[in-house]
Amino acid sequence: MKSLLGIKLGMSQVFDETGVVTPVTIVQAGPCFVTQVKTEETDGYDAIQVGFGETKNGRLTQGQQGHLGLLKKDKKHPHRKQRNLPALQHLREFRTKKTAEYEVGQELTVAQFETGDRVDIAGTTKGRGFAGGVKRWGFKGGPKTHGQSDRWRAPGSIGATSGTGHVFKGKKMGGHMGNERYTAQNLQVIKIDSEKNLLAIKGSVPGHKGSLVIIRDSAKG
Amino acid sequence: MSDLLLKAFDSEKNESLPNLNVGDNVTVHLRINVGQRNERVQLVRGVVIRKRNGGNNENFTVRRIASNGIGVERTFLTTSPRIEKIEVHRHAHVRRAQLYYLRDRTGKSARLREKRLY
Repeated sequence: MKSLLGIKLGMSQVFDETGVVTPVTIVQAGPCFVTQVKTEETDGYDAIQVGFGETKNGRLTQGQQGHLGLLKKDKKHPHRKQRNLPALQHLREFRTKKTAEYEVGQELTVAQFETGDRVDIAGTTKGRGFAGGVKRWGFKGGPKTHGQSDRWRAPGSIGATSGTGHVFKGKKMGGHMGNERYTAQNLQVIKIDSEKNLLAIKGSVPGHKGSLVIIRDSAKG
Repeated sequence: MSDLLLKAFDSEKNESLPNLNVGDNVTVHLRINVGQRNERVQLVRGVVIRKRNGGNNENFTVRRIASNGIGVERTFLTTSPRIEKIEVHRHAHVRRAQLYYLRDRTGKSARLREKRLY
């Protein structure tokens, strides 16, 4: 189970030795740390919790600091645990059955990937605001000529008249679009730079530049 | 952050290529495929009329006058491994970043004043 968190930097392109250009998204991924190992016995399911993005202690709430073991143990708080973790901005869980392979404090880097690996990348898509039917659902819009006016991007009919008497629920119309979680599946890892913690992923990845992305093994294999 | 993006994989840059300026008269040695397997080097000589930066997408356009006085422009990706070599023959004194005005000119008016580097 390969799992990593990263920041989308933006798109670029790379060449292979024959000069063929591949469009890639550059993701700054890791270093991440395992912050918690959840098991069937203790939590009811198996997962690891991974943290990413080093920050200052003061930027985290006391609850977060306590969870990461950053708060000092003293007479008043004898049960506080030190966990040897840096202050981490983002925490995400990855479901995996192989929890025995992980321990708290373990570092996860891009080194776990190889060129050619297939991965799924989840993120939050760019917000489009209130979008019309043409953008949101791919409607064709109306005709532009033959005496039409104001019908270019109109949705057309939204239902029958007295036969049904109402518009069906879930009818595709304009509305808020984007800013929702989306997983791009089966993307190929083209290049890895383990010094700078960079991954070059073929194609596009959800989200705007600087947004958090979650990288996992491809579900499609 | 954008700096990281631009320099993401810049180690692949071909360091042997000269620094081009707009207005330079250059010959680009380009490897092209002939048929299925064979390769040969094609020469494109002309004036650099445009340069675009942007990490791995860095490119430049060479304008040359082909037979019958027809202008031909070709854009090359600077980082492409297909570019074997670039020769710079002369530099020109130019006052623009893009020499698009050369497209409307032919003959004597399409010349550029040479800039000698000492």
